[in-house]
Amino acid sequence: MLEADDLAIFPVDVWISDAVQWVALNLRPLFIAIKWPIENLLTFIDGIMHATPFPVMVLVMALLAYVLANRNIAIFTVIVLVLIAAMGVWDPAMTTLALISTAIFFCAVIGLPIGIWSARSDRVWNIVRPVLDVMQTTPTFVYLVPVVMLFGVGTVPGEVAVVIAAAPPLIRFTNLGIRMVDHEIVEAGMAFGANRRQLLWEIQIPMAIPTILGGLNQTVLTAMVMSVVVAMIGAEGLGLIVLQGIGRLDVGRAAIGGIAIVLLAMMLDRITQKMAEPKRASARSRWLAAFNLDRIFSRRDEGEPVATQSGSNA
Amino acid sequence: MTERLQIENLYKIFSNQPQPAMDLLARGADKDEVQAETGMVVGLNNVSLTVPTGAMYMIMGLSGSGKSTLARCVNRLNEPTAGRILLDGEDIVALNDHDLREVRRTRISMVFQHFALLPNRTVIENVEFGLKLRGLAVKKRRSRAEDVLSIVGLDRWGYHFPHELSGGMRQRVGLARALATDADVLVMDEAFSALDPLIRTEMQDELLRLQRSLKKTILFITHDFQEALKLGNVIAIMADGKVMREGTPQSIVSEPGSDYVAAFTNDVDRSRLFDAASVMQAGAPVASAGRVKVVAGEGTGGFALNDEGRVVGRIDAASLDRARSGGNIDAEAQSDFLSVRRDSKLLDVARMCRGTQDLAVTDEDGRFVGIVSPSKVLAAISATSQAGSKRPTEETLHA
Repeated sequence: MLEADDLAIFPVDVWISDAVQWVALNLRPLFIAIKWPIENLLTFIDGIMHATPFPVMVLVMALLAYVLANRNIAIFTVIVLVLIAAMGVWDPAMTTLALISTAIFFCAVIGLPIGIWSARSDRVWNIVRPVLDVMQTTPTFVYLVPVVMLFGVGTVPGEVAVVIAAAPPLIRFTNLGIRMVDHEIVEAGMAFGANRRQLLWEIQIPMAIPTILGGLNQTVLTAMVMSVVVAMIGAEGLGLIVLQGIGRLDVGRAAIGGIAIVLLAMMLDRITQKMAEPKRASARSRWLAAFNLDRIFSRRDEGEPVATQSGSNA
Repeated sequence: MTERLQIENLYKIFSNQPQPAMDLLARGADKDEVQAETGMVVGLNNVSLTVPTGAMYMIMGLSGSGKSTLARCVNRLNEPTAGRILLDGEDIVALNDHDLREVRRTRISMVFQHFALLPNRTVIENVEFGLKLRGLAVKKRRSRAEDVLSIVGLDRWGYHFPHELSGGMRQRVGLARALATDADVLVMDEAFSALDPLIRTEMQDELLRLQRSLKKTILFITHDFQEALKLGNVIAIMADGKVMREGTPQSIVSEPGSDYVAAFTNDVDRSRLFDAASVMQAGAPVASAGRVKVVAGEGTGGFALNDEGRVVGRIDAASLDRARSGGNIDAEAQSDFLSVRRDSKLLDVARMCRGTQDLAVTDEDGRFVGIVSPSKVLAAISATSQAGSKRPTEETLHA
């Protein structure tokens, strides 16, 4: 009887490890160059996060949540941060937050231009799409193998893995958002003489923003998940607490790490989800109307009848 | 009137390699044959039109007739396959990208069926959109936008968002946006088709009112024959990418020329379309006495005119004979005559009719130009088109 193992004649593992070794040896400057900005920004943000006193941090985060979302979410943010501090995992939580913030920055810097480019050229999208498919179907766990080979172990290589894992949703949603803009409105832009740059900045990007922010939400959550997984290659943060808890069979310690991760994820999700809601478009008009400022802005005389002919008809 | 826009032998084939289809069309194949043989869709098949300056030119056709394709070729949202489009004598098809953008920014603007407003901008920002693309300073474009908004009656709504407006108001914004660039040519692609019937009527009246003072050259695309009759100076009826019939509303209804066109004219309310001039007969002088002259048509009574050509009295058929044979005109003339202007619609003429009494038709200055008898008015109102009476069905569409 033919056994499956008798067929094991392809030394794929050997080829790959040879290839990775060759890449690691010969392209070392490239990987150092990739690591350099990530390392510097991460160190910078991490330093700020840890240097900021706890009450100031809570206040800043609450304010941020209020501006980006609303009052309820600001209150929720305060509760989450206080709970995390109360469980005694404030420092690792700040490290995780620094990992995520840095990742969001690099995902935006890489993802938005690629997404826009993909939306404007079918050729580019035909190349980018299969790459994204592979990246998104690859389990986060599997990313760690090449990252360790090429970048080593520690927090910075971990951050590289986070960026790679979290960028695809933003690219996908940016591309989708721009492609989904109502065809008639794009044509209106062309009919009034917009060139390609005006079409992009005056019509396509503004109208794609809700979708792009939806992609940002997905990117933030993916970064959150990945920032925990990379503890396995030596990255610090909440993931490390969980890993240590499991290693020492310390259920309590693993649990507080897990709870803090869930709370942080919920907080980030709520804030970014609210940003993506399209209500914000009319915020200005609602404020103006609330204070009756629209009259001042429209420079109309007082005493004119409010209902114009068309107003009453329509 | 000179021609603002002239379209010469325009073809549009939806394909990257249109040559085989063009060869077939040159050999006299029609749209369906080309599609069967090459799989290519013919949008326009040798269309030539002349749009006079200041005209409201209606392009009417059912879906798939190529009317929107034609409109979008005019500002090259669709790239024509062959032919010329002359705007004030300059060929738009030959323009490079830069010059084409200039034409779109300053000389041709467009109103869209579903308004195509930017939902994230206020009404006034939408109106000044074309001016912004042109690079006009904020203050200038804002004051221009305010002016145009008040023209369309929306001066109170500048700082609202489009979603806060009703459909009719949104299309007013679309119209204001098109007017703001001060382009001479306005392309209105099914501009009122998405509106409720009542609002649509209101917008049609509004457009007619605006056009009286603006005098733009308007290319108006519609699938609604009634709308074409109501708004248009000239109507071109399209089918299968070709112009089937071009003419004034009255001439199309009175002489459709083909079964296809006649099918549209069946439901037309002739009493609101035709005017007194279309049924009047010229009066011939039959007698005169001093400064008063009598004119009469064939088989009708006559009218006494003074030396300015104004009607002073009616002379019925019986007294006409006496007047002919030298009777006293003043004694025979009756002062209860009826007169209508020559551009009065038949509906209004019919309302004035009294028994079988003839009506005098006058020009804008009140001078006599002809005679209308009530029986002619009735005959014209109840007439059906000569060429068949079929409604447009699938058969006639593809016949």
